[in-house]
Amino acid sequence: MTTTTLVKAFLLTVPVAFLATQLLRSLPLLPRILLGIVAGFGVALAAVLWVPSGIMSYLVSFVIMASIYAVLTLGLNVQWGYTGLFNIGIAAFFAVGAFTSALFTTAPPSGALAAFSQQLFGFGAPFLVGLIAAGIVSGLLALLIAGPTLRLREDYLAIATIGIAEVTRLVFQNERWLANGPQPMRGIPQPLHCLVENPVCSWLPGPIAGLFDGFTARDYTFVYLFIASLVVLVVYIVLERAIRSPWGRVLRAIREEESSVAMSGKNVAAFRMQSFILGAIIMGMGGSLYAHYMVSIDYSHFDPLYATFLVWVMLMLGGSGNNRGAILGAFLIWGVWTGTTFIIDLARPALAAISSDLPARGPYLRYLLVGLLLLLILLYRPKGVIPEEKYVSQPG
Amino acid sequence: MSVQSLGKSFGGLKAVNDCSFEVRRGTITGLIGPNGAGKTTMFGLISGFHRPDTGRVYFKGKDITGLAPHVIFRHGLSRTFQIPREHKSMTVVENLMLVPANQLGERIWNPLLRPGAVRNQERDIRRQAMEVLDFLDLTHVAEEFAGNLSGGQKKLLELARTLMAKPELVLLDEPAAGVNPTLMGKIREKIDQLRDEMGITFLLIEHDMNLVMGLCNPVVVMNQGTRLAYGPPESVRTNPLVLEAYLGGQYAAAEG
Repeated sequence: MTTTTLVKAFLLTVPVAFLATQLLRSLPLLPRILLGIVAGFGVALAAVLWVPSGIMSYLVSFVIMASIYAVLTLGLNVQWGYTGLFNIGIAAFFAVGAFTSALFTTAPPSGALAAFSQQLFGFGAPFLVGLIAAGIVSGLLALLIAGPTLRLREDYLAIATIGIAEVTRLVFQNERWLANGPQPMRGIPQPLHCLVENPVCSWLPGPIAGLFDGFTARDYTFVYLFIASLVVLVVYIVLERAIRSPWGRVLRAIREEESSVAMSGKNVAAFRMQSFILGAIIMGMGGSLYAHYMVSIDYSHFDPLYATFLVWVMLMLGGSGNNRGAILGAFLIWGVWTGTTFIIDLARPALAAISSDLPARGPYLRYLLVGLLLLLILLYRPKGVIPEEKYVSQPG
Repeated sequence: MSVQSLGKSFGGLKAVNDCSFEVRRGTITGLIGPNGAGKTTMFGLISGFHRPDTGRVYFKGKDITGLAPHVIFRHGLSRTFQIPREHKSMTVVENLMLVPANQLGERIWNPLLRPGAVRNQERDIRRQAMEVLDFLDLTHVAEEFAGNLSGGQKKLLELARTLMAKPELVLLDEPAAGVNPTLMGKIREKIDQLRDEMGITFLLIEHDMNLVMGLCNPVVVMNQGTRLAYGPPESVRTNPLVLEAYLGGQYAAAEG
């Protein structure tokens, strides 16, 4: 067992330990967390040791993408799950977060590159600055559109937000000066990438840097998985705290019956606004995580299908009004979404038997499958896998 | 509280038209009238759900016309709805805990940064909610989803919610509609008790004449958006205009 193995297991611990603490819900908090961490590290270590490296790297990148989607789903859960705000413009906040983070962290193009690439500004700032800026700018966008749209009833808000998402995507597609127009924004820095370089990050004290000696560029996904799952964890904890409080109680009450909340002296418009903005901030941070994972992003990534529809299916399946459900839904649906490729590959001979051009069109079947799944959820499990709990506010 | 020549139209329909009356402190004032007389619209105008086209509403001498419902609530005026508007998938006790004003934990940073203070306040609010439930004999359903309550229990829950606010004036929209006689007796007794012991003033809309005649004094009668009569229940009951509005001219003539 080498140091590299141990460090990899450590980097994998966050998501596995999180899963373990959720499974041990009957225990009191402290032993639950301790036991979860121990179990998480154990399982992670076993995985690094015995799972073949090809499968392992597939699993790691799977968890990273699912974590990014989990952040988006948690954001939507604040808006829809707890407050009943029908936002089907998730793509707008996702895109704004991604491009903001990219602009803040890249350097402005220079030399020959400047002839091909344009961007509004580039600060070359660290990832954390990009992440926070993504949240802030996305929150500001929400503030801007909340004024005119939040007064609208559910269905009209939905139409307004889908329009805003399309406008946002078209702006990033057409405005070259902003973020390189229809061409992708490239070279978005990967946080802590120096850990897998040689020599390891110069600012790290020697002994810690030494731990990463055995890492190669191919192992970077382990580092990013650590970062992504840490973001999910922090967002989860903050949201749980906020929702299990009088603040969350007002949101849920607004979702159920607005007028009696107003008659209880609450400023309904202000609470709706806060919920909408908090959700948008989280979605923006999800965008930032996505941008730094992809390294190169363009407008086409923020298609309503990937960026809005999938997130909705995730929340519906996992359990609207439950943060654990939101995370679970993101993992399950991302599993189905990526898994359908395998299924369609396997079904190739059968498809060929039906019609000769069907295998080539196979990939489109996944839309059908996910749509079908959404239908089944709504029919047989309308509250999701983990429905909202009965006691949401903290007991006094 | 006084209402001065209030008016409100919906399209071409004048729901409330130049209507004035007063609710004196410590009274249980009844607001009656045939269906469509504008009673519920009047409640909406007073409590800020509708903005009046004309006229003013004064509460404790202050002009509260056209303020938002949550602002009017903070002046000490609370209302219930004709059809109970409970928060279905929240427990009964949570429905009540929602109400108290200026809770620390309603500002999102407090549960994150000062969880201890929020928890202490929650404990007090829960205790207050349990007291109100106890007063209305609802303790046994405290942890039940509000959506699962019976119609009568929902009516009591509406009343309970106004009590959580420690209001000075409560507007009750048909507190006894669709409620069995036993429960109606209880509601009546509780309203009386609240007025006597806590000094809460009530303005209530009701169609059940036994309840109105027994509980309310004075009574305001509205018809077609305007005030038709005002006075003690006995005088209103024998007022020919009122009988005519309710029963039509020929019956009034027969009775008179």
